[in-house]
Amino acid sequence: MEAIKITAPLDEATVKRLRAGDQVLISGVIYSARDAAHKRLVEALNRGEKPPLDLKSQVIYYMGPSPAKPGQAIGSAGPTTSGRMDTYAPRLMQEGMKGMIGKGDRAQAVKDAMQKYGAVYFAAIGGAGALISQSIKKSEVVAYDDLGAESIRRLEVEDFPATVINDIYGSDLYQEGRAKYRSKL
Amino acid sequence: MREIKADTVTEAVARLCQEANFFLPDDVYEALTKAAESEKSPVCKQVLGQIMENAHIARTELMPICQDCGATVIYLEVGQDIHITGGDLYAAINEGVRRGYDKGYLRKSMVNQPFTLRVNTKDNTPAIIHTDIVSGDKLKITVVPKGGGSENMSRLFMLTPSDGRQGIIDSVVKAVDEAGSNPCPPIIVGVGIGGTAERTLELAKKSLLRKVGEHNPEREYAELEKELLKRVNALGIGTQGYGGTVTALAVNVEVFPAHIASMPVAVNIQCHAARHKEAVL
Repeated sequence: MEAIKITAPLDEATVKRLRAGDQVLISGVIYSARDAAHKRLVEALNRGEKPPLDLKSQVIYYMGPSPAKPGQAIGSAGPTTSGRMDTYAPRLMQEGMKGMIGKGDRAQAVKDAMQKYGAVYFAAIGGAGALISQSIKKSEVVAYDDLGAESIRRLEVEDFPATVINDIYGSDLYQEGRAKYRSKL
Repeated sequence: MREIKADTVTEAVARLCQEANFFLPDDVYEALTKAAESEKSPVCKQVLGQIMENAHIARTELMPICQDCGATVIYLEVGQDIHITGGDLYAAINEGVRRGYDKGYLRKSMVNQPFTLRVNTKDNTPAIIHTDIVSGDKLKITVVPKGGGSENMSRLFMLTPSDGRQGIIDSVVKAVDEAGSNPCPPIIVGVGIGGTAERTLELAKKSLLRKVGEHNPEREYAELEKELLKRVNALGIGTQGYGGTVTALAVNVEVFPAHIASMPVAVNIQCHAARHKEAVL
């Protein structure tokens, strides 16, 4: 299957076009954030504070890299399990976030929020951090520096490989793929 | 009494931490190759190819296979005729972890306290150390970086004798089914049966050290492994959960005697980045 080239941040036309099962290559700017950063972001929003980044149209990558060696933009940089961000994701969609990249199933509440706010969930290949790092050209910590690997990074990506798991129409590749290959013994 | 310097232990652990994170074991790579051949889903086939490419990049660039360089689980087999000199054995091991994770540009993923504070210890210590005292005058050290995503899918089932063999099968299949796409399939399923709660969990984890494709030497348990593998692969989860015919590369069963009232079963899941490296001093 031919991969679809898309640009991040995501515009509305792109979000509408994507379907569960699509292979995509993402270029542009995405932000990394995982457990601890999500907790802080949502706590800040709930206190009515301005978050350290404008979430409108952004794609958040659930990832905490290994340290970059001298001369590298970033170390290994594969996705972490998305389910741990389920508590926070709907709040960020409410703020305008349009895409999430991670791995693993999402809660129904997150899937419902994706349809409501128009956001897409992509999976990157878990455990392929060395391969994925090659599509990250620049990495810069932009918030929560004290969290180390869990800080928020601005990432410039080129042809970052991902698969659409949940689209805005309610389709779910994990469920559909599994049903297709499940056999009774 | 043979003497081994604590510094020698530290150096060995530092080296093993890096090698384990950079070099995917050959048996795992071979199992991935076979999985790519047999897999029916074209998408999974393609992703398996990317996973192997990732292992190749890690090996040549000396980069971690996965950014999650794990909690550092360490198995020690301490010969009863050795004596560690010039320092404390566990302190020497933790110093090795500290140096290895720093020098290898490995991610430090340990926090000092599991709730509220959660401040990173910044050197991946403390290691999780398991010690067996054995005969002889050697020290065997096995370093197992264990990722959080797969570890979170661990399960303990306190079954009772009447649950029988079928109860074991149902529990293991349930654990893998519920884990779904989360633990980065294709996985290796470690199963402990018997002992007490903590012993069966230890068995499940330790079974992951076995070479992929090797079965338990006891025929009855080997048959159980084969049946479990078939059942798990029938779930259709596939590589990364995209739907496919290979969900697990292997199911490893380890068994221990149990109390007359008990039949505990533990499941410890290993992602496809099945990293471990050992040395004998």
